[in-house]
This record gives sequence, C-alpha cells and structure tokens, in this order.
Amino acid sequence: MLPALLLSIPLGLFAWFALQIGPVATGQLLQVSVPWLPSLGVALSFRLDGLGLLFALLITGIGALVLLYASSYLHDHPHLKRFNGFILAFMAAMLGTVLAGDLITLFIFWELTGLCSFLLIGFDYQQEASRRAAFQALLVTGAGGLALLAGIILLGQSVGSSDLTTILNSGDLLRSHSLYLPILILMLAGAFTKSAQFPFHFWLPGAMAAPTPVSAYLHSATMVKLGIFLMARFSPVLGGTDSWLICLTSVGGLTLLLGAAKAIQRTDLKQILAWTTVSALGMLTLLLGLGTPLATTAAMLLLAVHALYKSSLFLTAGAVDHGSGTRDIRRLGGLGRTMPQVALAAGLAALSMAGMLPLAGFIAKELFYEATLHAPYSPWLITAVAFLGNSLTVAAALLAGYLPFYGTLKDTELHPHQVDLRLWLPPLLPALLGLLIGFFPAAFGRLLLAPAVAQVAGKPVPVELALWHGFNPMLLISVVTLGAGLALFSLRNHFQMQRQSPGWDTEQLYDLLLAGLPRFADMITSYLQNGRLRYYLMIVTGTAVALMAATLFTSSTGTLQLPRPDGSLHEWLTAVIILAGALMATLTDSRLAAVAALGVVGYGVALIYILFGAPDLAMTQFCIETLSIILFVLVLHKLPRFTLLSSTRSRLRDMVIALGVGSVMTMLVWRAVSQPLIPSLSTWFMEQSLPAGHGRNVVNVILVDFRALDTLGEITVLAVAALGVYAMLKPRSGKEGTD
Amino acid sequence: MHSLILATAIRLLLPLMLLFSLFLLLRGHNEPGGGFVGGLVVAAAFALYTLAHGEKEGRRMLRVAPLQLVASGLLIALTSGLLPLLAGLPFLTALWSAVPAPVIGHAGTPLLFDLGVYLLVAGMSLLIIFTLMEEN
Repeated sequence: MLPALLLSIPLGLFAWFALQIGPVATGQLLQVSVPWLPSLGVALSFRLDGLGLLFALLITGIGALVLLYASSYLHDHPHLKRFNGFILAFMAAMLGTVLAGDLITLFIFWELTGLCSFLLIGFDYQQEASRRAAFQALLVTGAGGLALLAGIILLGQSVGSSDLTTILNSGDLLRSHSLYLPILILMLAGAFTKSAQFPFHFWLPGAMAAPTPVSAYLHSATMVKLGIFLMARFSPVLGGTDSWLICLTSVGGLTLLLGAAKAIQRTDLKQILAWTTVSALGMLTLLLGLGTPLATTAAMLLLAVHALYKSSLFLTAGAVDHGSGTRDIRRLGGLGRTMPQVALAAGLAALSMAGMLPLAGFIAKELFYEATLHAPYSPWLITAVAFLGNSLTVAAALLAGYLPFYGTLKDTELHPHQVDLRLWLPPLLPALLGLLIGFFPAAFGRLLLAPAVAQVAGKPVPVELALWHGFNPMLLISVVTLGAGLALFSLRNHFQMQRQSPGWDTEQLYDLLLAGLPRFADMITSYLQNGRLRYYLMIVTGTAVALMAATLFTSSTGTLQLPRPDGSLHEWLTAVIILAGALMATLTDSRLAAVAALGVVGYGVALIYILFGAPDLAMTQFCIETLSIILFVLVLHKLPRFTLLSSTRSRLRDMVIALGVGSVMTMLVWRAVSQPLIPSLSTWFMEQSLPAGHGRNVVNVILVDFRALDTLGEITVLAVAALGVYAMLKPRSGKEGTD
Repeated sequence: MHSLILATAIRLLLPLMLLFSLFLLLRGHNEPGGGFVGGLVVAAAFALYTLAHGEKEGRRMLRVAPLQLVASGLLIALTSGLLPLLAGLPFLTALWSAVPAPVIGHAGTPLLFDLGVYLLVAGMSLLIIFTLMEEN
C-alpha cells in the first residue's frame, strides 16, 4: 500500500502538469506570488511557462519511475524510507527551482537541490567513497552556488527588481550594463558547476558512488540539467553577446569532447553513462551558446530526449547490476536471453542515444547538425567538434546498450537472473516514449517544445519537427557519424587498454586545493593562536589600534582643542588620582597591589562620571570595579609568587604597544570631544523619553526600549561569554573531582 | 580566609542588598538604576556571601544554578521582544499597560526586558565567581 501512496505524489503532480500542456501551449502564463520580504521586494513566487513545464514533466515523470524502481532495487536496504523522503524532498526542490518566478526563490531552491543531492549521493554513508563523492559534489556545486548568489544579487540590483518577468523584459538594459560581464561570469560559474562543465566536470563521474536510482534521477535527467536550465532561463537577457557566444561554445565544445572521449575508455556501465552525460551537457551548453532559433530548438529537444534515454540506460544498468552482480562490461554479455525486457529498454534507449532512425534521438541529432552548420561563427569547426562527439557517443551507446545484452556471457562465474517488473518497467517506459516522439514529432514539437523554445529564445519560434527531412547534408553527416561510431566501437579494446594509467584531470587540482586549505588554515592558526595569551592580547589590541590610527590620520577634519582647560580643583585632583593609580599598576611588583591600583583607576573614572552628571554609569562602574577586584583576588592567590621573567627587550616592546594604545585612544577621545555634538539626536531622546518610552531616565529608556535590539545583542554575547568561561574552567575542576 | 565580621554582617546584608537590587531594577526607568546594575548588585551580594561562607554554601543560598539564571534571563528578554509580534507589531516594540500597577507604575515589556538583563548579568557574574571559587 505504501508504494502506491508514495507514487501518487509524483504521479498526481505529473498529471496536473500534463493538464497544463494545453493552456501553456496557447501562451498562458500561470503565476502565484506570496510576499516574503516585502521591504526588500522579495516574493515567494512561481510561474509556469513552457520551459518550466518541460522540466516539471521530466522531474515528476522520471521521479515516479525512480521511486517505483527503488522500491525493488533497495527493497532490502535498511533506509529505504529515508531514501524515499530524500527523493521527494529533492523533487520538491527541483520543481521549486524550475518554476521559480523570483531570483531569490530560484536561488533558495537551487541550493536545496544541492543539499538534497548531498544526502542522496552520500546515501550509503558507511562507505568512504560515497562520503567523498557527496562531499565533492556539495563543495563544487556549493562554490558555484555562492558565485550564483553574487550574480543574482548583481542582476537584481542592475534591473532594480528580483521579479523574473521584469528581468526577462530587461535584456537590452542588461546587455549594455556596466556590470554585464561580472554578472555573466558569476551566473555561468553557478551553471557550469551544477551542469558539470569543464573544468568542474569531475564531480559527476565521482557521484556515481550513489545508488543507481539516484544516478538515474539526479545525474541524467534532473539536477545536472539545472545549469542548462539556468543558462536557458537567462539566455533572453544575458545571451546574444560575443562573450556569451565564445564562453558557452568553447566550454561546451571542450566538455563535449572530453566527456565522450573518457566515456569509451571506461568499462563500468555507470561510468560510461556518467561520462556521456558530461558530454551531452557539453552539447547542450554549446547549443545554448550558439543561440540561434535553430540551436535553441535543438537544445530543448536534445534535453528532453537525453533525459529519456539516459534515465532509461541508468535504470537498465542498475537492473543489470541487480540481476547479474556486476556492471563491468568486460564480464557481461548475452543478458538479452535472461532479462529480455531490460535488453529491449536498453536497446531502444541506446538507439535513441546513437541517433538512429526512427527514434527521437535521430531528430535531435539532425537538428544539432543543422544548428552547427548554420552557426554564427566558424560553422565547420563547430560541426567537426559535434561530429567527433557524436561518433564517440555512438560508440558509448553500443558499449552500454548493446554489449552487455548480446553475444555470450564472458564471465561464466556470473549467474544472471531475471529481474522483477519494478526493475524493468521504469527503464522501458522512457525508452518507449523516445520511440513515440520519433513517430509523432510534430505534436511533441507543437505542444511541448515550441512553448519552451519561445521562453529560451525570448520570442515565439516556429518549431516544425519531422522524422524525415529528405536527403540533405545533415543526413550525410549522420550516416558518417554512425559509421565512425561503429569503427570506434570495434576499436574499444584498444581504448580500454589505455585506461591503465589514471591520467591527469582537474580533479587533482580539487584534491590539491582541498588538502592545501586546511594546511594553510593550520599555518595561520598556529601563528596567530599559539596558545600564549599575551600574544593574543598584543595582536588584538595592536590590530584595533592600527586600524583606528589609520582612520584617525586619514580623516583629519577640524581643529583639536582642549575642551576644559580651566577645570576646577576636584576635577584635577581626580585626574591626578587616576594617573597615580595607573603609574602604580605598572611599577609595582606585587599582583595584589597592581589590582588595587587598577581599582583606584576605575573608581577615579566612576568619580568623573558623577562629576559630569552620569549617575547610572558611575553606579555600574563602581559595581563592576568591585566585582572585578573580587574576581582578581580569587584568582591571584592561586598563582605562584610574582617573579620577573621577561627580558628588557620584551618589556620595552610591551611599553611601546601600551603607549601606542594609550595615545591612540587619547587622540580618539580628543578628536571626539572636539567635534560639535549632534544636538538633534540627544534632544530627540530627551524629548521622546517620557511620551514614547514612559520613563524619565533617558539612559535606561534607550537601553531597554529605543535601542533594545542592541542590548539584546549585548546580553546574548554576555551569555555566550559566560558559557565560554564555564567551559574553560569546568574541566579543570572536573578532573580534580576524579583524582 | 574566614572573617567573623564579614560572615555575620553578610547574613544581614544579603537580604538588604537583594532588596536594593530589586529597587534599582524597578526604579531604573525613571531614576538612576536599571537591570544591569541591579544584576551586578545581586552578584556582589552573593559574592560577599560566598567569600565569607564558601562556594558550596553560596550555591545553596542561590538555590538555582547560575547557568539557569543566564538562560532564563536571555529567554525572558527574548520573550519581551517576541510578545509584540503577537499584536502584529515589529520585534521589540514596547507594549504598555493602560492602567498603572501599584509600586512599579506603568508595566510594560521594557520592564520584562530589563528583568531579563538583570537575571542574565547576575547569573553570568555568579557563574564566573562560583567556578573560580570552587577549588577551595
């Protein structure tokens, strides 16, 4: 019963989104907005347009399949329920991101997907590899998320609104804005990390440590497409410039070749699929970079088609693993006889991946070539890159979808068995859908693709898909691609031989950085916090005084004047007492005498408060002085006798620091009293104290009412400090108790 | 460090000082005083008592653990800030009773806030004092 209830959530959502296909195709925009931080103009707002709908259908549809699949795949896993919870949370975060109608909403959900993916990749948390992969994915996408946050803030400030509809109408403003380039770079950093573009691609193959349903969901159809979504979403306002074109096409092209080349060197099914996903994401980035209506159409089609065939292939890889016990293609073969439905799903998906007639992948590949041939710059170079990448993809498709299922089993120690319905139906459905789209491309193009393309292009684009375009250059390249792919496939043993040495990748840079950071922090910490309190005191006071002195000397305004050169006798006497106390404290060689002298200084200051009409301050000062002397006395009698251990040199250094602190503070006070007071503020407090604060004691009214937030902050600091003192002193007495 | 004079005097002084601290707290809104200094007076009273009678006796006299004073003080101050939220007003807005109460005059959330400061300051000072005196 529980699985049915569980499935009803994504299925219900899927049905609801499916019902919106018609209205959205006619150009309707569904919007919901709840004020969130009205003072900042931030709203929790959502909009359903063509782009969001295409993603929402993929997210809920494949999500339902993955939940069904996992109920069998993980049926003996102790944390299956936790898994279901994570997947649903992730689904919610994904939907929130693709349906967001506000920049802040988008960012919050974007980060939530990253957090959920951390939990999902690290699902088998007992394994070192899982933890490492989860951490890696979190760090890489999290760093990109920070860049994205900065980009989003800049973007919102440049436009003056965080509302997506407003922003999408501000393309001309943004492209000519002086902050355009920083915004673009920051947003792309977010997109490239999430969508595993070079040089951040390494986390995606690493994330294969996750259970297979997670890979099928996150790493084929949904999360890794979020970077693509971000680029697509903002291409109407950020796209169309030279920097966009060059950045996206070069990074996309590089990722495409790198991913495809690495894919055919792998022997683990999931690794092959992960690297081809990297390559497909490169294709999508490349197409979005080109930005022509044709390229945009190709990108949206490829996105949908890839989500279908790749999730199907991942799920079959899991089924193969489940049914035979390995994912190593060197040991597998002939599984078509023991698990025919899985073989059918894998075959259909692989054909779509390879771009064979009559599957949806064929249409996508034709469009891809058409877009590269009509690229705005160096079409032949880009077409050559596309050709190379596609040929390698064909070979990889054969490795993943053909090799394990045909021929004979290579490792006779394996005993493959049939898998149950919940393992073969989920991969079969998206594979069949790929076939269905191949048969009815026009309807798919009109209902789902055209509204999405219109959003990405920023204007309506006629989308006419057909399976057969006649004999044209694209078909020729497609055929040659298939041939080249077959040739590469037949040379597979050669490539896989090369795989012995790990080779260099940007992942090593990540490792270096990850190892270097703690070492750097360690160095800094051991230098600044070496455990000797007097150095802490020196560093803290020295830094504060240096900063203050710098500000004092760079911002000198007005003349310094002694406020009261003609003080009365008792004022002068108090000053002399304070000075005598301070001198005594530095000269005495008895700790108790030093403390008493400091007390004299404190009481003298309190006396000054009384003389100048601040009884509150004076009272508090008297209490504080008394208590601190009590505290000192409590501590001092535990210390050994005072002896002079420091050298003359260090005493001189201490004197210089002390004099520096004293003179800078004197200058500061002097400067402060030389400035005319701002009368409006104190007059305002005086006047408002009784009527607004119901009190005649202005100081107290300020403390507990006008500036109560400051006081709340201060007492919180006090409470934390109390905890700190308690924690620092407690273990010592605790240890004594056990002695 | 046993002193007969201090030990005898503090028995009489302790209630007086506590009363005085309450007086400071309550009149603080109109005359010199307030929660902070009131809390310090509480701490001073118990510190003297502890000096005369020892740490265990001081703790027994206080009845509650100082850490609880700190926590409840912070909680009370925070509550006084949260109360206006219920009335739809911004955090920490002062709310006042319409009718003046006996002794304390107009009662309002600032007084509650000051009570929080009072407890927290007393608790924090006593936490340090008790911990330092513990070893003897």
